[in-house]
Amino acid sequence: MQSEASVNTGIITRVNGPIVEARRMASAGILEVVEVGGLRLIGEVIRIRGDVATIQVYENTGGLLPGEPVYCSGRPLSVRLGPGLIGTIYDGIQRPLEQIAASSGAMIERGEKAEPLDAGREWHFEPKAKVGDRLESGMVYGEVQETMSVSHKLMLPPGLSGELVELAAAGHYSGEQQIGLLRKDDGSQVPLSMFHYWPVRRPRPVRQRLALIEPLLTGLRVIDTFFPIAKGGAAAIPGGFGTGKTMTQQALAKWAEAQIIIYIGCGERGNEMTEVLREFPNLIDPRSGRSLMERTILIANTSNMPVAAREVSIYTGITLAEYYRDMGYDVAVMADSTSRWAEALRELSGRLEEMPADEGFPAYLPARLASFYERSGRVETQCGATGSISVIGAVSPPGGDFSEPVTQHTSRFIRCFWALDRDLANARHYPAISWRNSYSEYLPETSVWWKRQDREWQGNRDFLMDILQEEVNLQRIAKLVGPDALPEQQRLTLMIAEIIKNAFLQQNSFDDIDMYCSPEKQLWMLRMLVSFSRRAREIVRAGGSIADLMEIDELNRLNRMKSEIKNDDIAAMATLEQNLLREMDALERKLKR
Amino acid sequence: MDNARIKMPGLQYRGVSNIDGPLLFVDSIRNVAYDELVEIETPGGELRIGQVLDVSSTSAVIQVFGGTESLSKAGTRTRFLGSALQIPVSKEMLGRVFDGLGRPKDGMPPILSAERRDVNGFPINPYSREYPRDFIQTGISAIDIMNTLVRGQKLPIFSGNGLPHNRIAAQIARQARLLSEDVEFAIVFAAMGVKYDVARYFIDSFEESGVLNNVSMFLSLADDPSAERLITPRAALTLAEHLAFEENMHVLVIITDMTNYCESMREIATARGEIPSRKGYPGYLYSDLASLYERAGRLSDGSGSITQMPILTMPSDDISHPVPDLTGYITEGQIVLDREMFQRGLYPPVAGLPSLSRLMKDGIGKGRTRDDHPRLASQLFAAYSKVKDIRSLASVIGEEELSPTDKLYIKFGEEFEHKVISQGEFENRSIEHSLELGWEALRILPRSELLRVSEEELKKHFDQEPALAVSEEVRR
Repeated sequence: MQSEASVNTGIITRVNGPIVEARRMASAGILEVVEVGGLRLIGEVIRIRGDVATIQVYENTGGLLPGEPVYCSGRPLSVRLGPGLIGTIYDGIQRPLEQIAASSGAMIERGEKAEPLDAGREWHFEPKAKVGDRLESGMVYGEVQETMSVSHKLMLPPGLSGELVELAAAGHYSGEQQIGLLRKDDGSQVPLSMFHYWPVRRPRPVRQRLALIEPLLTGLRVIDTFFPIAKGGAAAIPGGFGTGKTMTQQALAKWAEAQIIIYIGCGERGNEMTEVLREFPNLIDPRSGRSLMERTILIANTSNMPVAAREVSIYTGITLAEYYRDMGYDVAVMADSTSRWAEALRELSGRLEEMPADEGFPAYLPARLASFYERSGRVETQCGATGSISVIGAVSPPGGDFSEPVTQHTSRFIRCFWALDRDLANARHYPAISWRNSYSEYLPETSVWWKRQDREWQGNRDFLMDILQEEVNLQRIAKLVGPDALPEQQRLTLMIAEIIKNAFLQQNSFDDIDMYCSPEKQLWMLRMLVSFSRRAREIVRAGGSIADLMEIDELNRLNRMKSEIKNDDIAAMATLEQNLLREMDALERKLKR
Repeated sequence: MDNARIKMPGLQYRGVSNIDGPLLFVDSIRNVAYDELVEIETPGGELRIGQVLDVSSTSAVIQVFGGTESLSKAGTRTRFLGSALQIPVSKEMLGRVFDGLGRPKDGMPPILSAERRDVNGFPINPYSREYPRDFIQTGISAIDIMNTLVRGQKLPIFSGNGLPHNRIAAQIARQARLLSEDVEFAIVFAAMGVKYDVARYFIDSFEESGVLNNVSMFLSLADDPSAERLITPRAALTLAEHLAFEENMHVLVIITDMTNYCESMREIATARGEIPSRKGYPGYLYSDLASLYERAGRLSDGSGSITQMPILTMPSDDISHPVPDLTGYITEGQIVLDREMFQRGLYPPVAGLPSLSRLMKDGIGKGRTRDDHPRLASQLFAAYSKVKDIRSLASVIGEEELSPTDKLYIKFGEEFEHKVISQGEFENRSIEHSLELGWEALRILPRSELLRVSEEELKKHFDQEPALAVSEEVRR
């Protein structure tokens, strides 16, 4: 983003918050990057009328004077792609915050420039093509081990194709060094390096989109078992403040079965980004056995950072996701929170004096949301690999009211809705994902996978779900007449539902064992609860009472199995299962006598 | 006031084109920057200051902090001062009282400091932050066990008119201390639009506890011009940042009342004819509040910290009103005061369920408070939430009809509210004492109901006689 390429200079005529108007800009293009004023603040052209361009500036505009210059760059806002992205924390326009801290101290000053990727750092390059090969757009010609968990494929930038006329031998090269030469069909030659640029607002091309077939396992039982998301799916987590959106997002970022995690902190708290930054390097990915930071990229535009950069941070994040997807990885994008992004749109729209639609949001809000969520999906990439992007967006509805525009529009473009419930959160039942209002349309796709692990899975899941839904109805009656006035079978349903909530739905993210639940353990817990419920019903039918059931010693163990039995402790699972059923058998025999 | 005249070069313009509420519109100007500070001279020769909100090549919109009374179109002069509003910062500002714009109000001489800072500050780089996790003991059980405060946190008090938020804030300021060490601390107090008595109450309270020399106050009282309130918290936080990050002090910032601040913002936005979002508040209310609240925290260089405790009154106790709602989305939790508990004579009336401290999880537990603390707190929340359900059931079917276990829950609820939450205004409880009180309340419930605490903790804290547990504490 240097100014050598400046093709034109305009003059500021008006400054209104992050919106700047400049004249002599007739030759600028829409969405072109410009540098504004003596401090060369980065901005983007969003409207052109006559020779006056309207620019949204990604930094605080205090002190800008009408009459100061605007430098055009001739390029759209782009991210720099190449090895070195993983493990980095960027701001909304891909400036590395570590380098900014080194140059301007703890407070971010204006006009800071920092290269997104370290051009001097050397990488071990492994060629994956031969001189003379014909390469099509997006095909792989080399590989770099970016972290222990991520092998970074060097792909021909999309849109480029031709014959490889030079390629470096295996060895150490720096990012900007030329490692190859491509002769295009028109005879012109293009040097290849490990880095290239891609405009953030344009989705990267793919060969074709594929059907979703597998669940994105998250280690959270309520999600995996009841409201699963597929690899390549899109989900929303709406919830009022304090219901645990960020906690859920962080738990997903930690344990989701993706090879790359892009965590976008969009208009949220600075401390939350710091928490991820300090915690992730010390956490171990249960699948790769490596540090979680080795698969994570953070984009931070905290709530006190400039609002225009908040708008773009979402695009920066998803573009990085697409880059890794193109290599054939399963990528998960956490966007926390999309409401702040929508509010940034509203603020900018208001400053542009556009006609507002619902609650002051611009009329193009749904279109923008749709095009963002549509960048998720499972695809065959241009190099022939299969990759996916799953997008999980937090939504922060004002007053916790889901009828507001952002929640409403979002729910049209996602297929998995994890509604956070205020009452559950108040009782510190986390994750506070409501089993009443949540849904997943990915259930048919993902159940195929689960049924391959356990044929009974669908039946077991539906069985517990029925109990939970029945409990909702029974609670309504119980609230009027008291639970003791209900028949024994119905009181049993209430009791079982209580056990499902405590033993299965609720999950303690600070408990060393319970923080992540493997699919095997989930299947087992599900089976345990179903067989307990079935037997308990038989006992009550045979004349047993709830009090009898409460006497069962192993009930306490059942309630605590999530935190007392390790994910791989099959022996302990079998013991509990045997003991519990034996006790219930004994109880039943006693009743029959 | 003499020191209002900030002498700097700049052209003076005579006359303005429009005056509208707190806004002035000036034409035929040159070289005026966005956000620039403006000195305004009234026809009577009085000086006020203002700030540029919108500027084009030939005209500017100015927000006047001193109010636009007695300004006239022809007789008003404006001088553009070439920089944004800055205040001097220095350790000598402790023990002093300032107005909403940072000018001395106590009749003492102005601050002579070479250090001047832009009141807007700069955003803290998330990379340079340190995650806050040092427990602060406030001596108030409802906060220490259930909604723990940590150093560098922003934890607001959501209150209502007539509720004792000021007494609680003063009690916290009086009692707050870190378990580990004695450190240099300071209190920065900002008041926006509150009555003089409220400010007086805090001054007296600080004086009684002998900390007044460590307190710096910024007062923009109810009769001061409303636009000034937009600067007051910024001036206070600018000083707090200097004390924390340059003088290595641990600073507690109390800001009251955020609702008045937001109303001033709405007033300016309406005068500018901006498109409102909810309840007439501007769409950037969230970003603006964030620019204040995010000025809390710690840095990884090991310097001091800023702990923020903003107070806001919820209009008609409505927590979904935009001011508490957006605040709750930015701050790291909230202490919610409950009118019903207050009417029942409970102090502090901290609502059990809607109150929350987000940073609690990392500030408590082994090596910080006590290892049983996290699960005990979770258990108390779960049990108290059940109490609420059972109470509403009891109001329908009558308490007599409840099951034996439910009756125990009712008893637990009473005990919890009266013995654990409730305490004296000058009672300072240690964290161990508070935790023991929590266990004592739980002993009312059957053991099998306590699923959130571990078996081990039950053995250690639940099964033992209370006296034994306490005496063990003493021996240790």
